[in-house]
Amino acid sequence: MKLVIAIIQPHRLDSVRDALIAIGNEGMTVSEVRGYGRQKGHKEVYRGAEYTIAFIPKLKVEVAVSDERAETVVEAIRKAAHTGKIGDGKIFVVDLESALRVRTGERDTDAL
Amino acid sequence: MINGGDTAWLLMSSALVLMMTLPALGFFYAGLVQAKNILSILFQCFAIAAVVSLLWFGFVYSEAFSGTGAWIGDLNAAFLVNMARGAVHPGTAIPESVFVMFQMTFAIITPALIIGAYVERIKFGAVLLFSSLWLILVYAPVCHWVWGGGVFAAAGVMDFAGGIVVHLTAGLSAIVAAWTLGPRLGFPKSIQPPHAPWMVMVGAAFLWVGWFGFNAGSALKSGADAGMAMLATHLAAATATCVWVAIEWVKYGKPSLVGAVTGAVAGLATITPASGFVGPLGAVALGIVGGAVCYVAVMVVKRGFKVDDALDVLGVHGVGGALGSLLVPFMVGLGTGGVALARPLLAQFAVQGEAVIVVGIWSLAVTYLLIRVVKLAAGWRIGQEAEVQGLDFASHGETGYHTAG
Repeated sequence: MKLVIAIIQPHRLDSVRDALIAIGNEGMTVSEVRGYGRQKGHKEVYRGAEYTIAFIPKLKVEVAVSDERAETVVEAIRKAAHTGKIGDGKIFVVDLESALRVRTGERDTDAL
Repeated sequence: MINGGDTAWLLMSSALVLMMTLPALGFFYAGLVQAKNILSILFQCFAIAAVVSLLWFGFVYSEAFSGTGAWIGDLNAAFLVNMARGAVHPGTAIPESVFVMFQMTFAIITPALIIGAYVERIKFGAVLLFSSLWLILVYAPVCHWVWGGGVFAAAGVMDFAGGIVVHLTAGLSAIVAAWTLGPRLGFPKSIQPPHAPWMVMVGAAFLWVGWFGFNAGSALKSGADAGMAMLATHLAAATATCVWVAIEWVKYGKPSLVGAVTGAVAGLATITPASGFVGPLGAVALGIVGGAVCYVAVMVVKRGFKVDDALDVLGVHGVGGALGSLLVPFMVGLGTGGVALARPLLAQFAVQGEAVIVVGIWSLAVTYLLIRVVKLAAGWRIGQEAEVQGLDFASHGETGYHTAG
């Protein structure tokens, strides 16, 4: 199993969700996060004073999938999150050791 | 004789002006600070409203408005002991109780305006002591000089609703407070931006509406003067908003909400002393000058003075109030609807200038001296650890937002 972790632009969440539903993915977890990449934050001006916003709000999407579906999910997220502008984010894939559905006790791929 | 219409308008105006402090000024300032200090601002406004009210009742109203002294009132109205239920305020057709209440709301907002200079780094006890002493030693005497029958009232100064009494005193005292306190940690390089610009707009919007009571209420009666004052107030605010937005649009390519609402408040401060004297055209002219000059003043104080007047009390209120006060004589004759000057134009200008200078020096000097007293008695700046943690939890044990950030 794999855990797909995508850091995306907040306004791309709906299209990412639609894309995951379209490929039959069953669930996802979203959290609000802040960070920066190569863009190094941005500047804002209030009353003539310039402020550096070092950490920009992003969303972290986490999806647990079977090994064979991982690439499909990654590609779906990439397409849906893509705008072509700086700040589109990153997708990480890590090995997932086990999974358990709390309600039924099902394990691993049965629990996804 | 008490007039029902006049009384009704002044009752309404008193409520509007209290609304300018609770919650308008609180929102206006709280949105500009970091999330960890929001409650401290709201609480400072609330606490000043309560403490000033009791002092006003105790003896400060009397100090400002009782007696015929040139420099200070007397104590005949202390604790309002001699105020009969049906007493009429001299020279008006409103009850004395309503006049006391209306002026009390001005006494509340003036020290509260100074909050903008010392946000995010002051001890709460120091806020209470400073505001109290400042009310007694700066606000009340100046109020007496200009509105209570003192020297500048006798000289015929034109300050309809407080360009000198409210905005000039608060603006200049603010810069002294900011200077004696020192800048916030990290100023100017790593200061955090306003945590809630939307809240700044909500505050400014309440201020704008409340200002109708502030300015049109200062006619002390219902009728033509109040009507023209409200119109002038509104036009100046709208004009200064457009001016500030235009400057930002040209300079930065993007007009900002915080800029727009700051422009509105600058226009409102500038029209305040002139509101009951000018016609619509004079109001628009003051809006243009107020918006442009206050914009420059904010930049100069921030970059030139290197003093952390955090929320621009001097640049917006002090400069706006002084500007309007100095320009009144030149603006009344613009178009129709203004009043006639009581003396030649330059003579009137001299009176205005004299009042601005004397009140300015008084505000700076007395504020500096009383801060020395506050430092000894209550302390002044909060500890570094508390400043980093934020005043909400450090001073009040409360948290504005139970989230990260």
